Formats: sequence, C-alpha cells, structure tokens
Amino acid sequence: MIEEIGTTAEGDLVINIGPQHPATHGVLHLVVTLNGETIKKIEPHLGYIHRSIEKMCESLSYRQFIYVTSRMDYLSSHINNHACAMCVEKGLQIEVPPRAQVIRVLMDELTRIASHELWWGAMAMDLGAFTPFFHAFRERETINDIMEETCGARLTMNYMVPGGVMADLHPNFQKRVKDFIALYKSKISEYDELVTGNIIFQGRMKDVGFLSKEDAISYGCTGPIARGSGVSCDIRKLYPYEVYGQVEFDEVLETRCDSFGRYLIRLREMQQSIRIIEQLIDNIPGGDFQAKTKAVLKLPKGEFYARAETARGELGVYIISEGGTTPYRIKFRSPGFSNLSALDHMARGGKIGDLVATMGTLDLVIPDIDR
Amino acid sequence: MTNEELKIIISGIETTATFEEGGEWINVIIGADQWKDFAQKLRNTQGLDLDYLFCVTCVDWKTHLTMVYHFTSTIHRHTIVVKIKLDRSEPAIETVSDIWRTAELHEREAYDLFGVSFINHPDLRRLFLTDDWVGWPLRKDYEDPINMIKL
Repeated sequence: MIEEIGTTAEGDLVINIGPQHPATHGVLHLVVTLNGETIKKIEPHLGYIHRSIEKMCESLSYRQFIYVTSRMDYLSSHINNHACAMCVEKGLQIEVPPRAQVIRVLMDELTRIASHELWWGAMAMDLGAFTPFFHAFRERETINDIMEETCGARLTMNYMVPGGVMADLHPNFQKRVKDFIALYKSKISEYDELVTGNIIFQGRMKDVGFLSKEDAISYGCTGPIARGSGVSCDIRKLYPYEVYGQVEFDEVLETRCDSFGRYLIRLREMQQSIRIIEQLIDNIPGGDFQAKTKAVLKLPKGEFYARAETARGELGVYIISEGGTTPYRIKFRSPGFSNLSALDHMARGGKIGDLVATMGTLDLVIPDIDR
Repeated sequence: MTNEELKIIISGIETTATFEEGGEWINVIIGADQWKDFAQKLRNTQGLDLDYLFCVTCVDWKTHLTMVYHFTSTIHRHTIVVKIKLDRSEPAIETVSDIWRTAELHEREAYDLFGVSFINHPDLRRLFLTDDWVGWPLRKDYEDPINMIKL
C-alpha cells in the first residue's frame, strides 16, 4: 500500500490517514486523494483487525458464539449479545420471562448512554477540546461500575444468553442506577455549555459532511447517521422487541443532514434513554431471569434473522441452520460497515480539515466494521 | 403490504421468479441472468419501492453458492429476500452497486471471502485480506493450517 502514496499524474497528492492515527479511533486506514486541501477521493483499507468472527462462529455452539460477538462493537456489547440471543430464541421459540426482558432493555439503554458518552468526549477531543473527555468519562465510569457489579465485566459483558440473562441483578442495581440518573441530570447542562454552544465547535460542525436523505438510504446508513438526515430507522420503534413497545420514548430526528445534526441526535438520544430507564427502573417484574432451556441447543433447519438497535444503528444477525448444534452460516450485518461506505460521499469536495469532524460524527468502531 | 400481495406484484414483473415459504419474509428465487433487470424493477416499481438494501451475503452450500439480498422499503415497510444460485467453480453475477450504493462495499466483502465476481463492479478488489491472499476463507472447503484453529 506504501507505493500508492505520492503524487498522481494529475498532480493530486495521495496520503495515508491511519492505520495509526488518533482520529480514526482504531486501526482504520484511509487513503485520501487531495487536490490542494480539497478531498477528491477516500478509499478505506480494512482488515487490520479482521478476526473472521463469522467463520469462527461456524464451529461454535449456539451458547458459545454469543461470547465472540461482544468483541465486534465493543461499546455496544450488551446489544450485540442481545441481538444474537434474540435470533437463537426466534429459532427455538423460547419465551423470555418478563423480568429478563426488562433487565435486557435497561442494560441496552445504559450501554447506549455509555457509548454516546464516549463518542461525545472523543468527538470534542478530535476537534481539539480536551476537557470534555474527562466530563464524559465521569458519567461513563459510573455506568461501567454498575455493569461490573451485575455482569462482572466493564466492556465485554457476555451477560445475555438464549432465554434471558446470565445472572440476576445485583441488589444495589436499582439504587445505583437512580443515583446515576440524578448525577446525569445535574450534569447535562454542562454538555451544552462546554461544547454544543461553543461558537468554534459549531463553526467546525455546521454544513460539514452533508448527507441527503436519499443518499443515507442508498448507502444503507442506520442509527444516528440516518436519523441526522431525517430517515426514520429506529428498530426499537419500527420493529419493537422486548418491552420497547410498552415504554414511551421518541425517535429523535433531525433534518440538518450535516455533522451538527448528527451531533444533536446523539445528545438527545441519551436523554431518551434516560427516559426509558426511568420508566422501567421501579417496575422490574419479579420471577425468573432466565427461561428453562436445554443444555445443548439445536436450532431447527431454516433461516432466522433478528435485529436490534445498537448505539451505531441496526445490527442484524442472520443464522442459517441445518439442524445441528452449530450454525451452518452466520452473518452479522454490522451498522459500522454500511455507515463507513458513506464516508467517501460525505467528505468528497470538502476540506481535509473537516474530514476529522465528519469521521467523528460517524462514530466508527473498527472491530465492528472488520468483524 | 402482506406477503401474498408482494407475491402478485413480483410475479407480474418477473415471470421466472419462484417463491420459497417459511420464515417471516417472502423469499424470491431467480436466476443470475435475470438479476440486473429484476433489481432495477424492485427499486423502481411503484408499490414495491425497495430502496434500502440492508444485508448482502453469500452462502456456500458445497454444491453451489447462493447470494442472499435483504431489501426493505422505507416507504411501505415491507421486506423481501432475494436468493440467486451461482455456479461454485466460476461464480459471477451483475453488480447492483449503481442501484444501491451500499452494495459496493458489501459486494467487495462477498468477493473477498467467497470469490464471487461481480460484473461491472467499479472497484472489485480484496477488502479485508491482502491482495496476494490465495483462497476464499468463508467457503466450506477452505483450509489454512497456520491461521485456522479447529475446535
């Protein structure tokens, strides 16, 4: 790939961004063709962290493969596990107990907040503001502590299993979540004061990385990126799973279609997540946290597709079963992969300095793209 | 729109299409030769408007490969699945990256891991693996004594 770097026949400059670059948040390698400061083309080079999870899953049982998926989008590991568990449950037609359903939704929403917090801090840091990172981590650490108590892990949870969740909630869970909500609400105005209202920040975000509604659909964008362009695509609303059909929350939409729109979406989504948690935290039903399942799971012959809304968009799990104890073929439709395909279109014609802002609002997690 | 209504429209635009039952979505099976025309019609026929291609993948059935496309309409909210059987020794199919832009990367992934060549694809190269890699890793008969761990 080194030999591609240099000057083209038309006098355009070709440079590498990444794979070791702080703004790519992982090992993403972009080969950028520049005319002066204007971007003419972006080519992503992937595979630096490709572990072939899909191939690995073909030799793992239906209980084991869920653990691998925590390593895809590690910031949404609960939701990855959730989607996989739902797909297996669909095949086995397992009814998940109400307690487990509520626990799953609570964990999903806490994960979403934690993920957006990290994105918010990193986004501001990409644009040169260092302090917001610490503000974001103050709240995020609280969530990680809550997770650690119940799941035993802070990042790769492996908490959701076919039929429910692995263990019951920690006795402190409710109290600590309520403390977190109180903390979060007392700090939320800081987010806007520090970053959102900052005139320099707005100047760098507004009208940068334009993505029209038609293009967002054509590029298969989901999550905050599509919703920032006015596409209604929240899986929780369109195809409600677990108890999402019974709680009140809004699908946040923006029609700005630029980086600032996508920024606002994530900030408001955090507040919607808080709203969902508030409705559920005092109403966790009693009973089992896991349905009774057989020790060895065998999915019937057929095809099963389950989807969930991660912090980045729509995660699809497509299992093809031949009736055995392992999947014949498994495909993860990861949100980051489709979202990345729009980067070239969004950044083309813009300035190289704006690329970091555009890339930041895509909220890329590279293991999710490479899988 | 219900699956039955979708069936009537799809049979109208492509007479050779057959359907497979089971699963929540309707499965349409067509030949690789009809694919490009059919794809155009899926996107542009009023009432279908399948504008969102959300999953492109390939399955190795040992005797043949099958390309699987999942479509949803963001207007009508119906979903269909299209399956196309391909020859295993020389799998080739027309690209749809000019109709749905997301297909460009997804098709490169299918080429990289299954060796399906997409005719008229703007930039068909390996996506994850290095250019000099030999073999198609997600095929069932792929062997790699160094990198593969057998359980």
